[in-house]
Amino acid sequence: MAEVTLSNLSKSYGATRALKDVTMTIPDGAFVVLLGPTGAGKTTTLRLIAGLDRPDAGDVRISGQSVLRDTPAQRDVAMVFQQYSLYPHLSVRDNLAFPLRSPMIAMPEDQIARRVQEVAEVLRIPHKLDNKATALSGGEMQRVSIGRALVRNPRIYLMDEPLSSLDAKLRADLRVELKRIHQDLGATFLYVTHDQIEAMTMATHVGVLDHGRLVQFGTPREIYETPVSAYVASRLGQPHINLLPADAFGAPPPNAAQIGLRPEHIHIGEGVEAAISRIEHLGDQTRLHLTFGPHALVTLTDPHTPLQPGQTVRIRPHNPLWFDAAGNRI
Amino acid sequence: MSAYSVTEPSKASKWAAGLLVALYTIITLLPLVWIISTSFKTGPDSISYPPKVVFEPSLEGYVNLFTTRTRIAAEDFAALPPPETWYDRIVRDQGMVIAGQSRFGERFMNSVIIGFGSTFLSIFLGTLAAYAFSRFRVPLKDDLLFFILSTRMMPPIAVAIPIYLMYRELGLSDTHLGMILLYTAVNISLAVWLLKGFIDEIPREYEEAALIDGYTRFQAFRKVVLPQAATGIASTAIFCLIFAWNEYAFAVLLTSGNAQTAPPFIPTIIGVGGQDWPAVAAGATLFLLPVMIFTILLRKHLLRGITFGAVRK
Repeated sequence: MAEVTLSNLSKSYGATRALKDVTMTIPDGAFVVLLGPTGAGKTTTLRLIAGLDRPDAGDVRISGQSVLRDTPAQRDVAMVFQQYSLYPHLSVRDNLAFPLRSPMIAMPEDQIARRVQEVAEVLRIPHKLDNKATALSGGEMQRVSIGRALVRNPRIYLMDEPLSSLDAKLRADLRVELKRIHQDLGATFLYVTHDQIEAMTMATHVGVLDHGRLVQFGTPREIYETPVSAYVASRLGQPHINLLPADAFGAPPPNAAQIGLRPEHIHIGEGVEAAISRIEHLGDQTRLHLTFGPHALVTLTDPHTPLQPGQTVRIRPHNPLWFDAAGNRI
Repeated sequence: MSAYSVTEPSKASKWAAGLLVALYTIITLLPLVWIISTSFKTGPDSISYPPKVVFEPSLEGYVNLFTTRTRIAAEDFAALPPPETWYDRIVRDQGMVIAGQSRFGERFMNSVIIGFGSTFLSIFLGTLAAYAFSRFRVPLKDDLLFFILSTRMMPPIAVAIPIYLMYRELGLSDTHLGMILLYTAVNISLAVWLLKGFIDEIPREYEEAALIDGYTRFQAFRKVVLPQAATGIASTAIFCLIFAWNEYAFAVLLTSGNAQTAPPFIPTIIGVGGQDWPAVAAGATLFLLPVMIFTILLRKHLLRGITFGAVRK
């Protein structure tokens, strides 16, 4: 449990600049989610904090102390990798006990047994403890690798899309479980995901990365409601934010080049006429695919809507987001 | 009528393949059977024509292999007390008496020390070097790797004369250490290249996970990399051992009284009135055993090693 500070962190792999001048503070006890497409620098950030790679410039401080000279073991961080994370020659039990047997911790065996059992129960794998790690399903492997982080009590948990290979039900359960661990232990998390629900429900803070730059850092609501750019706006929201030319609905404010419309920004019932090209019933929500003039957009409507494809509705924007030519919000 | 399958071979082709394999096995095993059966023949049986397939087995070859014998005058021979042991009797039946122990046991031990010693050293150095080449940014890595491989490009015997002279200067001629170093030098390129391939196949994430789990680089190597490289290490060890065990040319050239290995010794076993074929065959049979046992012990790893990288679950 500690505050982690990244200052002016840069890292290149060969000609690729993975991280450019990133400054970020992960407050003690925070649950920070990093968002961004593949190659944005999310995993690089985790690796630099863990000490698996050295930054080209900048500093990483944990509890105020620079850890650049420390080995990964000395940094006392736990990391869940996206893949290849279990030791294939060990049983599940030995995999979970591995960090506790390290010279850094060297816990007595009876305590290890208790701790492993506890974590196995949280992750619902106690019946698999004596299996070989390679004899597990993908989801079970992923749970064991999460477990290998949870057996410890590190200064920060680093997690690289830990739930991505699990089925929807288990993902939802573990999401709640991780959140509970975060609250109970007051532990600090840095968490990489593509999943919007994970980001919105678990995060106390969200950092959005774009080509190695941290473009916005704030609470999930800030990121969602007041994104600094069209890029950030399109990271969150299901369905995606609709980005249309600024003049699609009439006179835009000065300098605006794009109008950004989330479903809640689209008022149905008056305004311009739009044709329904497709309707998707998702159960708890219904998505309307609309076309008007040269434009197309997607919005939500009542789950029990009587609307049919081919019909027309009237729509108008309601408190939309405006972006200038460079994509920055006005 | 059974359905035609593209992937499952037909019965006829399975039979044909089985037959071919059986035939090949017989051809391969024939010399082996010949050697082993000869080792249990008596001298006259071993050179009878046509060769005897069915014969009365005898341990004459093995007794002769381990002893030196001498002929004594007929009247002295008749005056001897009756033979005390079974091997005394076998020698007496050939009209001779045991004069002492042969040097076979000693030569065999030399082979064991030099063969396993150089295998151990090759694997030890090879694993460390392969790990470094696989994981670290070594300056001039590709050139170094090519240089290591190039040491294997000419036949080792081409440098026999310089090595002979160097070894004489250094006092390594006819020593165990000298032979171990020499075989290690020949094997190390094979070991580095084979093991690098195996270690490359082990994802780095395992070590990185171990580093974060609180282990040092060397502990991660020992606890995570080594167990997973066991397959590769076992198969590489077999290749190294087979070379060192069978090597003949350098052994003839560089060893004589002290560190001579079994290969140059076995053909020099001479009986009375010519080559003692049963003893030579007995020597060859015993010489086969260690590599055979070693290979059988490691065969699970060896089979996995051969297909490693090609087929992965």
